[in-house]
Amino acid sequence: MSDANQHNDTFEAAASRTEAVAHFESQRRGFVGQLQHILHVNSSFVPLIVLVAAVLIFGLLLGSKFFSPFALTLILQQVQIVGIVAAAQSLVILTAGIDLSVGAIMVFSSVIMGQFTFRYGIPAPVSVLCGLGCGMLIGALNGWLVSRVKLPPFIVTLGMWQIVLATNFLYSANETIRSQDIEANAPFLQFFGSKFNVGGAVFTVGVVFMLLLIAVLSYALRHTAWGRHVYAVGDDPEAAELSGVNVHRTLMSVYILSGLICAFAGWALIGRIGSVSPTSGQLANIESITAVVIGGISLFGGRGSILGSLFGALIVGVFTLGLRLLGADAQWTFLLIGLLIIAAVAVDQWIRKVSA
Amino acid sequence: MITDNIPVVEGRGLVKRYGHVTAIDHSDFELRKGEILAVIGDNGAGKSSIVKAICGATVPDEGEILIEGKRVNFNSPMDARNMGIEIVYQTLAMSPALSITDNMFMGREIRKQGFMGKYLRQLDRPAMEKFARDKLTELGLMTVQSINQAVETLSGGQRQGVAVARAAAFASKFIIMDEPTAALGVKESRRVLELIQDVRARGIPIILISHNMPHVFEVADRIHIHRLGKRLCVIDPKDYTMSDAVAFMTGAKEPPAQAE
Repeated sequence: MSDANQHNDTFEAAASRTEAVAHFESQRRGFVGQLQHILHVNSSFVPLIVLVAAVLIFGLLLGSKFFSPFALTLILQQVQIVGIVAAAQSLVILTAGIDLSVGAIMVFSSVIMGQFTFRYGIPAPVSVLCGLGCGMLIGALNGWLVSRVKLPPFIVTLGMWQIVLATNFLYSANETIRSQDIEANAPFLQFFGSKFNVGGAVFTVGVVFMLLLIAVLSYALRHTAWGRHVYAVGDDPEAAELSGVNVHRTLMSVYILSGLICAFAGWALIGRIGSVSPTSGQLANIESITAVVIGGISLFGGRGSILGSLFGALIVGVFTLGLRLLGADAQWTFLLIGLLIIAAVAVDQWIRKVSA
Repeated sequence: MITDNIPVVEGRGLVKRYGHVTAIDHSDFELRKGEILAVIGDNGAGKSSIVKAICGATVPDEGEILIEGKRVNFNSPMDARNMGIEIVYQTLAMSPALSITDNMFMGREIRKQGFMGKYLRQLDRPAMEKFARDKLTELGLMTVQSINQAVETLSGGQRQGVAVARAAAFASKFIIMDEPTAALGVKESRRVLELIQDVRARGIPIILISHNMPHVFEVADRIHIHRLGKRLCVIDPKDYTMSDAVAFMTGAKEPPAQAE
């Protein structure tokens, strides 16, 4: 009983106090703390610095050979496919998933676009629509297996990767549609490869599409309820559900959108290489994950910005072209990218400590 | 204290069975206007089961639930939420990486007016931030540095504060709080208890589930003691001691004959 009285006393004391009960002081941060805070708020800051530094260093070493509108826009052209696929990958990784089937969806969609046009004589735009629809369908299947059947995304997409790739080879009979044939009969398939010049800088429709796609997704993730839900689902799906987020619908939308974007990448792939080849784009899934990780998106979900993935893809592109122009062995590129991946994840872990 | 006698929420003869286990055994429940009703009971007594039935997380097999005298059938917590019933979960149900504003509005975001909102579905950040700031200020919580800081940068008490503010902002009927002080230190618990009383002072009744007897006796107007799946009794904390309550709860002592 005296215990209760004691408590009442302290309660009275606390109730009569008007301020500073739980005073939330702003803790003073040192330089390192400040940096940690900035990175915590804006995770695409590190890849941006790395990108600018890489451009400057290669610019100094190579001069105008590298630092020209032509060379710089060449990098954009070289990363467009990975950039588009990385956008899809980013969405899935933000929900704490991973999509290993992105490359397979891309190739299969491009094969459908090509084969529908050439094997069945369907008008190219309709074939393209079929390819895009196929991408969405595979994405929806991934999403359903992850969200409803509750299978781990890694396993679902690992399986889907094999299934789609095998279907791709079986259906296409491993047959490539030649660039000249497409150019003569269905130039619409190569639409993403159309080039235009702006004062020495060469852009393709694919490059513009990649930049627009990142801009639109960046807006949607930051400024719409859907975007906030994607982050919340990646952060803590149970908490999101309890707060009233429809987790299933959010996951479905992400996987379907991812499939659709990969199908667009398949269309862009035809523009990039000219032909429709079932063996192309084999590394797209690993390259897209690389871009996302270097771009500062956390593999544990809920953190990072899609702009980072673009920077990540561009960093890889700058290293690749820069080192090639320097005459270095291509293996140096892989070595440096490997270092960057590990460094990026280390930085991610460090940033997350802010919550501790 | 009670101006009219219709309870805010009433459960009559509720039953919930899971196979051979009867989680709720013909139990009644009553929350009155403007009160803090503490629900206590030993582990496994079924206090969370009955609260789940009231907030729609489980559907009872028998019995009826009346909200302000009208019979309701909740099939999910969303149904209850749409009626103005808010729950502060023990886990808080917040996304640590997102901001205070984002968390407050999760699942019920405000969109901008006009073209930007209708077609581009843009969120009305300024309106949401103002609302969040107002609500936190009302409850004396605006000592946080920024309404846009991530929830994970807040202390445990601050997070609890934001969760309570979110519930208070959207609750028109009542709030259920599940062990709000369980994870907190002495000072932060005190702050949260004050917060609970502030919320009551705004006229929102609260169901408080807690194991902490001193906290229960400090803030509760009535205490619902749950034992073996049903309401054993409802006591006034002024008439009984904590050891009495524990004795009723564990069956060591016979409950008082109720005139409630």
